[in-house]
This record gives sequence, C-alpha cells and structure tokens, in this order.
Amino acid sequence: MLSRLKRATVENELLYLFLRKPLAQLALFVATMLIAGAFLANWIAPTNPYDLTSFDLLDSLIPPAWTETGDARFILGTDDQGRDLLSAILYGARLSLLVGLTSIAFASVLGVSVGITAGYLGGRFDAIVMRIADIQLSLPAILTALLIDGVARGLFPGAMHDELMIVVLTVAIGLSLWVNFARTARASTFVEKNKEYVQAAEIMGQHPLRIMLVQILPNILGPIMVILAIDLAVAILLEATLSFLGVGVPANQPSLGTLIRIGTEYLFSGEWWIVIFPSLTLIVLIVSVNILGDFLRDALNPRLR
Amino acid sequence: MTLLEINNLTVRYPTRFGEFTAIEAIDLNISEGEIHGLVGESGAGKSTIGAVVMGLLESPGYIASGNVNMLGTDLTTLNPTDYHKLRGNQLGMIFQDPQTSLNPLFTIADQLITTIQQHNEVSENSAREQAIALLDEVGIDDAEGRIDDFPHQFSGGMRQRVVIALVLCTNPKLIVADEPTTALDVSIQKRILVLLKDLARQRGVGILLITHDIGVIAEICDRVTVLRQGKVVEVGPTTNVIAQPTHEYTIGLMAAIPLIGKRLERFQNIIAEEAPSDDNTQWHVSGASAEYAEHWLHENYTLLQNQQQAVASANSDQAILVVNDLEVRYPPENPGWFRKNLGYQALSDIDFELNRGEVLGVVGESGSGKSTLAKAIVGLVDYTRGSISSNGIVLEPGSQRSRKHEARRRLQMIFQDPYSSLNNRRTVEQILAEPLKFYSLVDSRADRRKLLASVLQLVEMPQQALRKYPHQFSGGQRQRIAIARSLLCLPDLLICDEPTSALDVSIQAHVLNLLKDLQDEFNMAILFISHNLAVVRQMADRVVVLKDGEVVEQGDSDVFFTAPSAEYSKLLLRETPSLSILN
Amino acid sequence: MISYVARRLLQSVFVMLAVSLIAFTLFRFVGDPIAQMVGQETSLEDQARLRSEMGLNDPLITQYGRFVKNLATGEFGFSYRTRQPIGEMILSRLPATLELGFVSLLISLLLGIPAGIYTALNKDGFISNSILVATLVGVSVPTFVIGIFLIYLFGVTLGWLPTFGRGEVVEIGWWKTNLLTLDGWRSLILPALTLGVYQVTLTMRLIRSEMLEVLRTDYIKFAVARGIDYRTVHYRHALKNTMVPVITIIGLQFGGIIAFSIVTESVFQWPGMGLLFLDSIRYVDIPVMSVYLVLIALIFVVINLMVDLLYAVIDPRVRLKG
Repeated sequence: MLSRLKRATVENELLYLFLRKPLAQLALFVATMLIAGAFLANWIAPTNPYDLTSFDLLDSLIPPAWTETGDARFILGTDDQGRDLLSAILYGARLSLLVGLTSIAFASVLGVSVGITAGYLGGRFDAIVMRIADIQLSLPAILTALLIDGVARGLFPGAMHDELMIVVLTVAIGLSLWVNFARTARASTFVEKNKEYVQAAEIMGQHPLRIMLVQILPNILGPIMVILAIDLAVAILLEATLSFLGVGVPANQPSLGTLIRIGTEYLFSGEWWIVIFPSLTLIVLIVSVNILGDFLRDALNPRLR
Repeated sequence: MTLLEINNLTVRYPTRFGEFTAIEAIDLNISEGEIHGLVGESGAGKSTIGAVVMGLLESPGYIASGNVNMLGTDLTTLNPTDYHKLRGNQLGMIFQDPQTSLNPLFTIADQLITTIQQHNEVSENSAREQAIALLDEVGIDDAEGRIDDFPHQFSGGMRQRVVIALVLCTNPKLIVADEPTTALDVSIQKRILVLLKDLARQRGVGILLITHDIGVIAEICDRVTVLRQGKVVEVGPTTNVIAQPTHEYTIGLMAAIPLIGKRLERFQNIIAEEAPSDDNTQWHVSGASAEYAEHWLHENYTLLQNQQQAVASANSDQAILVVNDLEVRYPPENPGWFRKNLGYQALSDIDFELNRGEVLGVVGESGSGKSTLAKAIVGLVDYTRGSISSNGIVLEPGSQRSRKHEARRRLQMIFQDPYSSLNNRRTVEQILAEPLKFYSLVDSRADRRKLLASVLQLVEMPQQALRKYPHQFSGGQRQRIAIARSLLCLPDLLICDEPTSALDVSIQAHVLNLLKDLQDEFNMAILFISHNLAVVRQMADRVVVLKDGEVVEQGDSDVFFTAPSAEYSKLLLRETPSLSILN
Repeated sequence: MISYVARRLLQSVFVMLAVSLIAFTLFRFVGDPIAQMVGQETSLEDQARLRSEMGLNDPLITQYGRFVKNLATGEFGFSYRTRQPIGEMILSRLPATLELGFVSLLISLLLGIPAGIYTALNKDGFISNSILVATLVGVSVPTFVIGIFLIYLFGVTLGWLPTFGRGEVVEIGWWKTNLLTLDGWRSLILPALTLGVYQVTLTMRLIRSEMLEVLRTDYIKFAVARGIDYRTVHYRHALKNTMVPVITIIGLQFGGIIAFSIVTESVFQWPGMGLLFLDSIRYVDIPVMSVYLVLIALIFVVINLMVDLLYAVIDPRVRLKG
C-alpha cells in the first residue's frame, strides 16, 4: 500500500508538497513578481535608463526619496550619471534574467542532448565526451566563462566586441554550465537504459533516436528540472559576477552586476544606495530561485525526505 | 515459557490520503526456542511488526494501540534510551540483504569486537576470542584467519553468516529475521535455514522469521501466523496451517504455491486481486471484447504464417529456435595494459532446439547465464561464437542484426520486473499501440483502440486501463499489460525471463494460468527462464539446466524432475524446499 | 593498488596534455603573436624574420611539442602587456593566492564539517533548520556582494580592518607571506571570510546530504539494531562512510576557491594570481592567460591525484582490489 502511494503521480505529489511548504510558495511568488517586473520594465519603469537623453547629470547621486535630501521623482535615488535607480534596476534585472535564461536554455539543450547520447550509446563517444566534461568540470564555471570571454576579446577586437558582448556572455555562461546537464542526463540515461521498457523497444527494433527522445527523455526530466533551477541561479550569479568584474555586459546597458560595480566606487563616500538596492534585488532573485531549486530537488528525490 | 507477547497491536501511518493502517489488532506470541513464521504477501504488514518489536518503527508511523510484552516488560512504554539498551542484549535483528548489512569500511573483527564490548565489559583480546569462536559456530572456515578481512572479501552466503554471528555475539533472547534468505540462492538458503534452526534449538533463542516464502516457513518454523493486509488470517502449528488451512485466503494461498513434485494444468482457487480504485466513468470502447481480440490474433497469425510459407516454404518445418555452440563473452571493463584480458565468459557451448508450441524451461542459480541467454537471443547482447537461428533464418549477434530483421516481431520478451518494463510516462494505450504502429499491423486509430481494449480484456484487465499510466497498476496487472503488448506483436516465440519472480504467489498463479492459456490458444513456443524449479515444473515440457554458463543437463521435464542425471541437478532439487506436507 | 595509482597518474598526464593543447591553441590562434610583440613601425621583413626565428612557420605539431617542452621546463615566455617573463610574474603572486585560498579552505572545513554533521544528525531541529535557511542565503549571495558588505561594515563604518592589499608581508626567499605579521593577518581576515562563506555553505550542505544518505543504509540500521552506542554509530561508523565521497568534493572545492579568489582579489585589490588573470583578460594578454590556465589545471590535477590516493587509503574496496 505504501509503495502504491509512492507511485502516485509526480505532478500531483509535487503540488501536494508545494502546498505544504510556505517558503517555496513565497519564493515562487517573489520570483514571479521580479520576473514580471523585469520583463514589463518597458512599461512600468519611470524612465528609460538606456536612453542617454532621458537623464541629466545635474540629477546625479540623489539619495532615495524618503531621505531628507531625496527627490520624489527618484524613489530609490539616482546613480552617478543621474539615472533613476529604480528604472536601472528593472532594466538591469531584465538583462540579468535574459542572459541567465538564454544561457541556461543553451546549456540545457546542449548538455541534455550530449548527455542522453553519451549515456545511451556508451562506448567511445561516451568516453570522449565525458573526459572533456571531466576536464571542464575541474575548471570552475567562472574560470571557464572568463576564459571564453577573454578568447572572444582576442578574436573580435574593439567595437565589434561591444556589440557581441551579450551574445558572448551568454555563450560563455552556457558553455561553462552544460557539463552539469550532460552529466545528469547521462547518469539518468544510464539508469533508464537498463530498464526493461527500453530493452523492449530495442527488441522491437525501434530507432535509437526514437528510443532516446520518446522513451528515455520523458523519464529523465525530473533530475534535469532540478539542475535547471539550481543552475539558473548559478547563471544569474555568473552574469552578475562577470559584469561586476567589468568583463560582462557593456557599460551603457548596465545589468545588476554593473550597477553594483559602479556603486562600489561611491560606497566609501557614503552614497550607499547605488550598491544596496541592486544587491538586494540580486540576492532576493537568486535566493528565491535557489529555494525553488532546493524544493524541487527534495521533492523529486524521495530519499531525502 | 513465553518470550514475546503482542496484544492487539495497531500501527498507522499518516499519509496524504489520510491515515493508513499498516497493521490492525495483531496478536502474536513466541516462546523460548521457538521459530515463529510470519508470512504474507506484499503489503501484509510483516516488516512493520518486526520494526515495532525492535523499536525501530520509522516516522511518521506510530503505534495507535496495543502492547508488546517481553519477559514482563511492555516494550511500547520504554523510553528510547532504555529501548536502545535492550537492542543487542535481548533483541537482535537479521536484515534481508547481507551485501548491504555490513559496514564496508570496517573489518569483521572490528564490527564484532565493538558489538561485544558494547554489551559486556571484556578486554579486547577476550572479545576477539569470543568473536572467533562465534564465527566458527556459524560455519566460517578458518575463522581466525578471516576475522580481519573486510566484508567485501566474503561471498553472499558467508556474509549472512557473519551477520548472524554479529547478532549472536550479545546473546539476544529474541531474533527478528526479516527475509533472511531472500537474497540468497537456494543451495545457500537451505544452509542458512539449518543454521538458524540449530541456534534456536541449542541456545533456546526465539526467532520471529518474516518471509513471503511458504517454502522457508515449511522448512524450519514451529508455528506460523498468516497475515493479509495488516490482519491476522490464521495462526497455528506450521503443519496444520500449511496442510489443512481453514481460512479461505490461506486455502487460496496454499493452492497457488507451485509444487516441485507435481505438475498442475491450472491453479485453482485463485485469490482475486483487488480492483484498482476506478474512476467511476463508464468509459468503454464499443465492440471491444476478449473474443474480438482472440479472433484478430488467430486471423493474423494464419495470415502471417501463410506469408512466411510463401516466402520460404523450405524453412517452415524448421525449429522456432536453434541455438548452436553459443558463446557469449563480455568485454573486459578495464582492458589490461600488460596482460591480455579476454573478458568474462558468460555462456559457452550452449546447444538446444525449441519447436513450435513447446515450452522449454531454463533453470540455474544466479550467475549461471540464464538472462544472458535470453538477451543473446533477442539481440540485446552480442554472442561471440556459434549461431542462433529461427525458422532456418540466421539471427546475427545483436549489434549486427538489422533493426528491420523479420524475426524481431516474432521473438518477444516478457521481463522480470513489471515496474520497469513499462514506460511510466506513456499511457497504456500508447504502450500497447506501439507494436501495432511499428509493424503496421493496424493502421486506423479507431480500429487500434478497439483491438487494444479487446486485448486488455483477453488478459483479464478492464478496458478503462487504456487511459491510465502504468504506475496506477499493481505488479501483477502490469505484468498482464506487458503480456498483452507482446501478444500484439503476434510472436512465435515468447521469451519469459523470470516473469513471476517479482510477484506474490497468488498473483504468480494468476499470471502463470494466463500464460498457459495463451500458449494453448495460439500455440506459441515459450522459453521459460526461472530460478524457481517449482514454477518451471508447472510450465515446461523440456528443461535445460545451466551452471556457470554451461549446460549441465537437458531433457524431458518429467524425467528431469523425477530422475535427474547430473550431480548438480540432484543438488538443486534436493535443496529446493519440497513442501511435501502440501501433497 | 599499484595499477590503480598508475592508472590515475596516466589519466592526469592526459588531462595535462589536453589542457596544454587548449592553451597552445589559445596562444597560437587567438590574435597574432608577432603583431602583439612588435610595434606598428616594424617592417614586414623584420616581422617575417622574427616569425621564422620563433619557429612559427614550423609544422604545428613541432610547435606544440616545443610549447609543452617549454612549459615543462618552466619557460613560460613573456607577457604582451608588461614584457616581463610570465614565470616571474606568476611566482611573485602565487603566495598571495595560495595563502588566501588555504586560510579560507580551513575556515570552510572547520565550520562546514561540524555544521554538516550537526544538521544531519538533528534533522528536523530548530537550529538545523535555521542553519539550512542561512546556508541557502549563503549560496545565493554573490561573493563580491559579501565582500562589499564586509568592507562597508568593518572597513568603512567600524574602521576595524584594512580593506585592500596584503598589509605587511615577510619575505622567506621568494615567498612573501602574510602569516607572520599581525598586520598581514588583519588584512587577510576580510578576504578569507569573503571567499570562505560560499565554501562553508557548500561543505555543510554536502556533508549533510552524504551523511543523511549513509544514515539510511542497512549497515547503520543494523549497528543500531545491535544496540551500539548512538555516539559510536554516528561519529565512528557513519562519519567514516560519509568522508569517502566528501574527500573528493573537498579536493574539487579547493579548485573552486582558486577560481573564486579571482573575484575576491578584485574586490580587495589582493595582489594574487586572480588579479593578474583578470588583467590579462581585460588587456587580451594571451600568453599570461594560457600559462594561468595550465597552472590552474596543474593544481587541480595534483589535488585530484592526492584525493584519489587518500581514497584508496580509506576505502578497503579500492585498496584491496588493485
């Protein structure tokens, strides 16, 4: 009877557990709000922080509206250029999320297809791919991303690089994270491959591609979802770190990391808001994604419960 | 003297579907030196009772009522610290799998000495001497030389002996043995059982033996309690309960046990399986019926046979399966750099034939190569020498066999584990439709659905099952869905690899009956692989015995079971619990 | 055992060759080495002569062989940007990074292991849950944000600790160390903490999940069923089994520390290899990048090799199989 309970649908079980975890619910709510805010930035932001004509240097370094010297026009204050910080944060979060999501999409598609193929076919392909993955894994993601970024600077000099920067960044982050997907997909495929439903399909003579896509893929989505959530947080973090280090997105389109870097320069002179608000946004975003990732991992791995 | 007395014990688990009662109002008692069998099918609550006695019931399970008295103390009232002091001293437990019950990082000596010193204040040296004496007692050769070995250096049977030594080293009065021989081969099982029996007699230890296997019960238990769905169905001395059961369930259960000494045409008094809690819709496919499926199968069998005869008339009288001088060698895991490593030889010199309508049993212990044989035939594993052919057509080694090979449809396989043989992410309809689409047997969607609903009825499943997912069914039901899937391929040869070893006895009987019926009806050949000789007896016309990848004996089933010629066959037959009291 | 070690060694050599191939590709094909080395005014003939003198016209395999040989003998070449020998540049910065990494590894182990054990053994306790929530924040806050906050709090607001550089160092041969002066230690605290926070949470979560896994095994249940002291079961039996996989990860973690030291060094202007690497990326200083890559890989390979050996010492199944 108990085992029959365990076999109840993953979907329903997920919902059941979710309804009992207020923290996960809160995280989902916050993440949804942030994502919605970021993607609606065009409409809800008071000003356009990318439009140089829309702000004035005279307005620079104004503290948040509720302080004595605050200005009602700028709820969270302004930066050194006179940009409205709230608008900059909304646009910055949009850029961070965009880079994070695209790079994760790239990493997952690449990693999962390589992983399933390696796991299913085994043999030499598997050995080579996994050796590459091992080597790359021994280099932490941030190092890989930095290296790829450095190479891109070497290959596309100057102005061309600035245009391509966001693409390069996305590819760099994606390439540094595909290994996690590949390893997870491979390990799960290994388990599934030896299950008898796959053997039944092989005996029939089904095409390997069909077996991988129709039979195996739906069965390994669980663990991949977990990596997806956890690595989304990592991707956002990587983008912020690279931008903070000044090798990420171009300065005229600040992401959260860029804003924090700019803010640090003013921290010592007491203009704390430029650092604090983007930092808080970033932390809240990553924490909520991480909480959801943790929830998924615990929920999909019954042994941890 | 009564050692353990359980009164009116009820254990519940809160679940998301509400309170689940694992066991309800159980009474049970064990005397000194008694081996008390606790038998029941999965979900009966056997292990829960063992856990309660040991005080190791896992949360969120809790004792809702009742008590457990041992030598005058009510164990359920003890606080955790006092209970822990009892474990080892008064209570011992043997787990199912000896491979996982010993800590791999510590030597046997270390584990034994820690345990002895935990309960008695003795010096390390005398604890070591005790440990050696114990290992000797449980039948470890050269105990003194082997005591400093690590667990992985012992074989499965020897490990279980070490486990027993670990349980004994503190002189418990009661031992809970939870499926102690289930993970072992029959020849080792018998010796472990004899060891347990001797211990009970010589040391006066009470043993609560939890098992699903009536054979084990019959072998050593003095008394037995039969459980079903958390309730006691019948209690009494072993011979009474097994030979003259009074309760309807026990009667059915006993009738479902395959006997090695007797071949039944069909099992009687099948215990009906609980129907799955059905969605109450009256969904059904019009025109679907078991007869329709039968009709379709017959018609297409004839059609396909005529086609085959037209193509290769010379071959039609050939055997369905001819295996000639077969060898399977697995490539080495780590190819050596210095010496040539040829890999592991799983099968060698295998020869046999299988004719239309015949059932060939393949028996052997674990590691004998039974499953490898099945895999080599269907092409999941490459054979390295010899040949396999079907109807005179060569079946190349798996990796060279064309995906479109004509024989792929004709050879179908039923697997051991019904929980993994169906894709959990596809509906039963999608699963069953696969062969029909793949082999272009039925093209219209409506016709397919009608046939699928019908074939489900043929295997005694409701047609509503089409819309569900495999995880909504029990093991026996899944196995019937798997049989339906194979049937839809219109196979000439069905390869059954341990098709019932994951199932409860009553469900096993049901599945075996179904296989027999289908085989009769459609005159298929079956290659029936099993470690369970009694099951093979029920199914096979002829038998092949495998040992370490080689054929030890083959011949007529009745002859094999009554007068085997090879020494190994005699040993196998001798070690299998005979259950002669059931005859 | 010997063949196990031999196999690991051979694997390490392969990894190093693969990484040096990447480094070589970087060096040779990203940008033109000659154009980087000489000024605009050098004539084409001179460039061509330089090209052949440097062997850039040789077959690629020869060039690669020379590249590997140079690396192996410590000939790392010159930086495009500073024109200094790369070997010296790295050597002068290596101690700073290693000391920073070592101290934060120590912090992460000393805090992470006990916390991991505690949260595994007291699975649903209030303190455990609080620690778990705290670590969730710990893995989520970017290293640089932690650094900035620490600087703001201890440097700017309280003025207790220095916020950049290594402070006073003592020279032992070529090795400049922080660890022998009070000022050096004061300078080390904030960067080491910054770098350590993420690693503490990682170590803790890892130990916790491994230990929970071990506590569920039959052999632990069997030990409990034999009435062995919970303390012995937890701290002797379960802990040893937990450490087997954890050792591997701790090895990998040192790698993580080296990588994240890039960020920390940038926040605290800590004159280590990370800062050097960052500069080499900003200024597309390819030779420095490729040498840094090889060096980091070497550190990883050596650590992994040590981990594998340690593994064999702890786990008899590896040791006795050979």
